[in-house]
Amino acid sequence: MKFALFLGCNIPARLKQYETSSRAVLEKLDVEIQDIKEFNCCGYPFRNTDYKSSILSSARNMALAEKEGLSIVILCMCGFGMFKEAEHRLKENSTLKDEINIVLKKEDLEYNGQTEIKHVLSVLYHDIGIDAIKEKVVKRYKELKIATHYGCHALRPSDVVMFDDPVNPDLFDKLVEVTGAESIYWQSRLDCCGAPLFGVNDELSMDLTKKKIINASESGADYMCDSCTYCHLQFDTVQQMINSGHDGNHDLPAILYTQLLGLSLGIDREILGLGYNHIDLSRIEEFF
Amino acid sequence: MFYSISLYGALIIFIIGLIYKIFSWFSLKISVDSKSGSARFLMAFKGIISTIFSGRILTLLKVFSLDIIVQRKLMQEDFVRWLAHVLIYWAFMLLLLMHAFDSFITSAIFPNYSPTINPFMFLRDLFGFLVIAGVCLAIYRRFIRRAPRPKTNIMDQYAIILLAIIMGSGVLLEGAKIGSYAIYEDMVEEYAALDDAEEIRPLTVFWVKNFGVVSPDIKGPFENELLEEGKELHEMNCAGCHSRPQWAFIGNSVAASVKGIALGLNKAGIHTLLWYIHFLACFIGLAYLPFSKFFHIFTSPLSILANSVMNREDSEIVNIETRQALELDACTHCGQCTSRCSAGIVFEEINNINILPSEKIQSLKKVASKKDIGKEEFLLILDGTYLCTNCHRCTDVCPAGINLEDLWFSMRENMFQRGYPEFSTLSPLSYYRGLMQDTMPEEGYKKPLVLARNAVTAGYNLIKDQAKGITITKPEREFQDLLLSSQASTFRECFGCQTCTNVCPVVANYENPKEILGLLPHQIMYSLGLGIKELALGSNMLWDCVTCYQCQEQCPQGVKITEVLFELKNLAVQHATKNI
Repeated sequence: MKFALFLGCNIPARLKQYETSSRAVLEKLDVEIQDIKEFNCCGYPFRNTDYKSSILSSARNMALAEKEGLSIVILCMCGFGMFKEAEHRLKENSTLKDEINIVLKKEDLEYNGQTEIKHVLSVLYHDIGIDAIKEKVVKRYKELKIATHYGCHALRPSDVVMFDDPVNPDLFDKLVEVTGAESIYWQSRLDCCGAPLFGVNDELSMDLTKKKIINASESGADYMCDSCTYCHLQFDTVQQMINSGHDGNHDLPAILYTQLLGLSLGIDREILGLGYNHIDLSRIEEFF
Repeated sequence: MFYSISLYGALIIFIIGLIYKIFSWFSLKISVDSKSGSARFLMAFKGIISTIFSGRILTLLKVFSLDIIVQRKLMQEDFVRWLAHVLIYWAFMLLLLMHAFDSFITSAIFPNYSPTINPFMFLRDLFGFLVIAGVCLAIYRRFIRRAPRPKTNIMDQYAIILLAIIMGSGVLLEGAKIGSYAIYEDMVEEYAALDDAEEIRPLTVFWVKNFGVVSPDIKGPFENELLEEGKELHEMNCAGCHSRPQWAFIGNSVAASVKGIALGLNKAGIHTLLWYIHFLACFIGLAYLPFSKFFHIFTSPLSILANSVMNREDSEIVNIETRQALELDACTHCGQCTSRCSAGIVFEEINNINILPSEKIQSLKKVASKKDIGKEEFLLILDGTYLCTNCHRCTDVCPAGINLEDLWFSMRENMFQRGYPEFSTLSPLSYYRGLMQDTMPEEGYKKPLVLARNAVTAGYNLIKDQAKGITITKPEREFQDLLLSSQASTFRECFGCQTCTNVCPVVANYENPKEILGLLPHQIMYSLGLGIKELALGSNMLWDCVTCYQCQEQCPQGVKITEVLFELKNLAVQHATKNI
């Protein structure tokens, strides 16, 4: 099993632990990774202002993977959503596809829709499978309550992303439970983390973040678990900004799924980059 | 005389240029709360002294050898470029030290130095050959094997042309001198203890046969006896400081190829002409150096060293500003940043050259030096500078060690001071700025967001002025048709159940959402159905949408609400951009 790993812009710059933990977990589960140095932005940030730029960005990435004959695995939900959106648009609109291909031709690239786009959770769940992961688990968490945060852009629009049941998803919960942790039910589990408006309307963005943190906390969670670049920046870096403000303390540490699973697979905590999280994660190992 | 005057003239211009540039590093305004030049100078001086007398000197030494001499970053990134650059850089430096500065350096180290004796004769040509090989590789890379987006500007061409003139004239000069009978005669007069024409003849025969000199009257075949005699005279008078020209392998092959016309060239005094071209080109290069791309031989190492010991957390903010002013001069316009830019592809769709980092930095140099920039150009620079995903790749690959990401960050805030709206601030591109908000005053942080928000809704007063009432007219079909995709035109299916509004987390966040958001999602769909542009484009809801797709997912009519909002945002930006 081999994939082109798409990191996007934020992971190498300010979320290195997501890269190192994902590589370690995928390697442990015998997934081969190929890096494509020429990958560019997924296009997500341009959607508000120039839709075509966002489609072109995604299409170039997919064309690069297509040239290598590889499917793409994405760690970020917003990136995943963007790729799926571009794939959908290019499929339904052949004029757009032709226009995009004229641009790509300059670099000897062509988009033909041959590349499969997968989020890392889908690869773990569908391509590797719960049973195979279970076999590799060496440590199981005991009495650890996890608030599993799905992330909007993997679930919706469901007819485009086709990730899981948009109303009652369980893919991520099952992946959390394979580590022995309990994935609790909490009311706002499918709600937005607030990240798309951070830097644009901080008050609103932080309100949404706080609501989720409080709801998860009150539902008994010890940790929040996410699997998306923006969601994690929001629940870790931004939560710390919220906490350091005068807005009380909602301290609920967030752990990336690849970190949660990685510990369970016996991968070294240094490689998983636990220390890079802004909110202290060190106590999680007490649950083994 | 002419030589000395032009040399000193060039030196004076060079020094004035250097002082002017250094002065600019302490006076260019980069950050929003810029300090005075003297304060910046003192702080820089303090910083440099405290760094040199601390453990960080070891970092500097390591960086100097690995990143400046060996240029490992470039080697890892692009081997061909590295090869081209180190060939030019190392060989030109050696040529400069051994050949150009021979009267100061080489003769001081080697008392028997003469440019015509080995190893110097051979090494000069070897270094020259390496520089020429490097230049050829650079030309191949830049003009033939072109990467898709990096650009070549007039300064790059000037640099390559000047280097080509210096190297070409040097090689041709050497070739012309080898064959020149006049130069031979001068040498005999100056160095050989021979006066009589008959005495000189065997030596000339020997030089014509073995040293490539083209004589007007002496031609082969030669008698062995005469050659033997000539050899003896050569060893007595010349061999001490003149090796065989074959060692100067480039010059010698030039001499061999023009042998047939050497006499004519000699008569025309071509070697004198070439000598003038050669040293004048060097002096022009020297005088123009502080203003040209070659200035990077000073500024890039300074930038690499400064960045190896500085960062935003620990360094004096004043010194960061000075470093950034220096960085504007450290760019070599190599285009490495542009070929790795995450947002570079967007340039193919939005024709704004300032999206590309290597071009952005050139424009920002103009902005910082307060050159008169018209509104239109300024807006393009601002927009190009904001169209950046802050992925740090440009900074990671910059061989001049420039912290480009941080430079964009500072210059964006600087440009916001002029009070023009930047609509990309209303997109996730602002995430990084959000994370960095603690490094700036709150008012300065919020200003561009308010500005953009006001400007993007400025033309639409219907929502603000509720007393005005809405006149129902025929739907504006043209406007409805602007929603391009088949997804967006699904607004026609809306039957007004308000599910979208009921499931919207943004609406739910406010006690009185209409007051804050202007229109609620279902009302935007209505406005579209009625074809009322002012309502659809003017609501805050567009910009406060978190794009969570709850509305679209739950719509019983299959209206692609989030997509409609995306396309409305695109349209609003297009309209507002025209009206700035």
